[in-house]
Parts: sequence; C-alpha cells; structure tokens
Amino acid sequence: MKCQKCDKPATFHITDLVDGKPNELHLCEECAHKFLAPSADDASQVVPSMGALLAQHLAVGETAEELARLDQRSCPVCGVTFLEFRKQGRLGCPHDYVCFAEDLEPLLVNIHGETRHVGKVPKFCARGAEEQTQLIRLRREMKEAVAAEEYEQASKLRDEIRKIEQTRDKANK
Amino acid sequence: MDFSNLNLQELAQTSGEWLRGSGPESDIVISSRIRLARNLADFPFISRATDTDRAEIGKILRGRIETLHQQGKFTGQLIYVDVSELEAVDRQFLVERQLISREHADAEGARAVVIDQREQMSVMINEEDHLRIQVLKSGLDLGSAWEQINELDDHIEARVTYAYNDRFGYLTACPTNVGTGVRVSVMLHLPALVITQQIDKVFRSLQKINLAVRGLYGEGSQAQGDFYQVSNQITLGQSEEELTKKVADVVPVLIDYERQARDFLIRESQETLHDRVSRAYGILRTAQTISSEETMHLLSSLRMGVNLGLIRDVAIPTVNKLFVHTQPAHLQKLTGMELDSSDRNIERATYLRRHLSGEAPKAGQN
Ligand SMILES: [Zn+2]
Ligand SMILES: [Zn+2]
Repeated sequence: MKCQKCDKPATFHITDLVDGKPNELHLCEECAHKFLAPSADDASQVVPSMGALLAQHLAVGETAEELARLDQRSCPVCGVTFLEFRKQGRLGCPHDYVCFAEDLEPLLVNIHGETRHVGKVPKFCARGAEEQTQLIRLRREMKEAVAAEEYEQASKLRDEIRKIEQTRDKANK
Repeated sequence: MDFSNLNLQELAQTSGEWLRGSGPESDIVISSRIRLARNLADFPFISRATDTDRAEIGKILRGRIETLHQQGKFTGQLIYVDVSELEAVDRQFLVERQLISREHADAEGARAVVIDQREQMSVMINEEDHLRIQVLKSGLDLGSAWEQINELDDHIEARVTYAYNDRFGYLTACPTNVGTGVRVSVMLHLPALVITQQIDKVFRSLQKINLAVRGLYGEGSQAQGDFYQVSNQITLGQSEEELTKKVADVVPVLIDYERQARDFLIRESQETLHDRVSRAYGILRTAQTISSEETMHLLSSLRMGVNLGLIRDVAIPTVNKLFVHTQPAHLQKLTGMELDSSDRNIERATYLRRHLSGEAPKAGQN
C-alpha cells in the first residue's frame, strides 16, 4: 500500500476521528510524524468557560446602556440580579429561568445549541409555577422583615410558611 | 434498615467495585459514570441559600432517602456522611475514592453525601445543586448505569418536588447543566496515545462533537496517570438516551485508536516499550521514597505493560487499586497516621514495594 500523501510505501495505518467517525489513513513514516505532531494553531483551542460565553453573548447586539439596564433587573423571588448571575455564573432560584428566560435563551444556544428540553419528565409534577416559588419568596421576605426589625410582619410570614410546609410534608410522605 | 456508620479505616482496606477491572473493555475503560443534577422546587439554588435553607434541604433529603432505604429501594447498606463535620483528610479520601467532587470537599456549610457500601452509587447533598446523584460502574457499562440511576431518580422524585419546567427541563444552578442535568462520562486509560503524541488530536476531535475531556479527578485537573474522562458537554435539547449513546458510540473508536497505538509501539519499537515498562516496574518495586506524580506516571506504564503481556506477575485489579491507595489521604488512612509530604513519599514507596513484590520491607534489608 502506498502513502496517501506521497508515493512512499505506507507503514503507518492510523484511524483518525473526523466528527466522531473513524477515518482510515495510510501513511509513510515521514507523513505520519507530520500528521501526528500537534499543530500549534489549534492547541490553543479550549472549551470556552461560562464567563467567556456570557461575555461573548452580551457583547453581541447590546449597547452599554441596555446591558446596564439588564444587569440591574432582579428576580422577584430570590432577589438575584442579572449582574450577580453574570459575575458568578450561577443562578439564584428556579424562577430565574422564568423571569430571565429571554435573556438566557441566546446563552443557552451558545452552550447547548438548543433552547428546549427533550427527555425525561418528572412523573409527579403537579404544582403550578407560582406555587413552586411561593416558599422561596416568603422565606426571603421573612428574612428581610427580621433584618428590618419588623417582627410582627416576620411572624405573620413565618405562620404562612409553616402552613404551606405542613401541607407539603403530608403530600410527600 | 437504618444508615450504617462510615468507617474510613475499614473502607481504606477495600476498593470500590468500579476498580475491580471486571467490566467490559476494562483493559482500557476504567469506569462508566452517570450523574444527574437536581434541585428542590421550594428552595433557592445553593448560591442564594441561607444557612437555614441548606440545613433544611439537608434534613428533607436525608429523611426522604432514609425512607426509601427502609422500603428496600436500595440494594445493600447505605452510609450517610455529614461532609461538613469531616476532617480535611477524610474529605480528601472521599474525593480520591470518586465518591464526592473536589468542590464538595472544599466547600463550606451544611452538606452531605450518601453512599452505598459497594460504592456504585453516591448522592451528594448541597453541592452546586441540591442533589447530585451518581452511579459508577466498572468498565464500559453505560446502559446499566443509566437504568440504575434513572430508577433511583424516579424513587427520589416520587417523594420530593424537583425544580422543573416544560421549556428548560430540570432547572440547575448553572445553565450549563440545565435540561436533562445529565453528565455521562467514561474514564479511559490512554497511555499509548500519549506516548505517540496523538492525544491532543483526539481531544480536539472530541470537542468538535461537543464532548469534553478532563483528567482523573474532574474539572481542571491534569491527566494524571494517562487517565482521561470523556463526557457530554451539552445537556439541553437531547434526551438522556441520546446523550448517553453519543458517549457510548465514541468510546469504541477511542479504544480502537488506543489499541492501534499500542500495536504500533509493539511493532515499531517493542524494545523501547518493553524497557520503559520494565523500568517503571523496577522503580515501583524498589524505590525508597516516591512522589504521587511519579507513582501515577510509572503505574500507568506498568498497567499498559500488564495489558500487553509484557509483565505477567501482576494483576490489573492490583494496579488499579494502587492508583487509588497511593493517594495522600488513602496512605494516611491505611497507616492510621497523619503524614507530611516527605513521610508520605516514604510510606508510598513502602506500600508499593509490599504490594508489588509480595514481601514487607524491613529496615536494613532493602
Ligand atoms: Zn508519505
Ligand atoms: Zn430567582
């Protein structure tokens, strides 16, 4: 067998991965070494980090003013701002996927190439979105009431939280 | 059945089933692992959770898993470990064992892990997400890993409400895990691709099809001992089965690639290869002090030598075990002593000599 790149006899038989599929190569020693040596230009290619992805996504089509406005928006349930999310790369609560949905979509496209879930669905997902986030919001409001020394309000919130928690505990046992 | 107690001293003597080298293709594939990221709908994600939230999440999940255990939903004994109360060396031990992530070990605040006695399953509580469920199998065995973890997830889901919406699927703290929340990974031993300098090329091909490559102990770690984890990069827009298949399909290609590189080394430079392997074995059997890095490096050559039949008096499970048991926390648990780095190097050499030549070394006789 002859080398695929020149006419010398092929002594190296290599399976290369091209888009995940094996591709047979038959090369002479010289060409094989050239082929196998890591090339300098693509060695720098690394998996982009969350921060880099965010920066990339936000740099496209958004003015500084729009960005500043987006950064200040916060989740009504957990209070996380979009700026905090951008800095940490972590969201604050499940509701962020609702209130920041439109802003997250381009980012999700960047990471996953898709924006819709396909796959497993929980079998016992009976509650509505509003009810799901209720407890998170109430607990935060209680904490804030305590911090502001509004104890009457805090105790009212605590009773409300307990009531919901108790009905939930029953449902889950 | 209640939770069993954690006895690290005892655990250190054994090794998890995934290390036994018994699964399919286990000369090259060390283990198959699937993990699911899940969060409770009623709590903020970890970065916004208060101490009270974390304690409450921990309490709820512990209770639910205990109930499932009492109902016989898990095979064998379960161990509940309060990670926040462990000493640093014990947390490190669980990392070396692949039972918790380095992030979980280094974090602060209420957090835990539930593991089964056979070390096939672990459930981290309050890691980056409220729940990180993991199933670990020896060799290439993704199909049964998926079946097992899917069933486990069903059991837990019947008792808690997960954060989920129709549009984005299972909701996670980091958008990189949203959707299925699934990370399918296979750990491969690829020494010949490293020697023949083809490894970077392989990685670049994998990245092109959205698969990630990491070292032995997860994100950012170096590929110690020529071990590489290949896993799915994306989690949204494809089903768990599709994502599992994608990894499962590429592994045989990598195995084939590694075997070809080994054949090439045998064919073109058998003496050099045999020399390399024999020297590695020689050093491991005779060294008086040795670092963790050098050990990993030499064990990698030895492992390949055993698989190629160049070394016949060592078994693969022994070599697999040595990779884990010579790690810093394992050495300290095995000796029952706190050791600084230079003492560890001496203890590591002693341990290697004892397990590779079959005799305990005595002072002055080496
Ligand atoms: Zn040629
Ligand atoms: Zn929120």
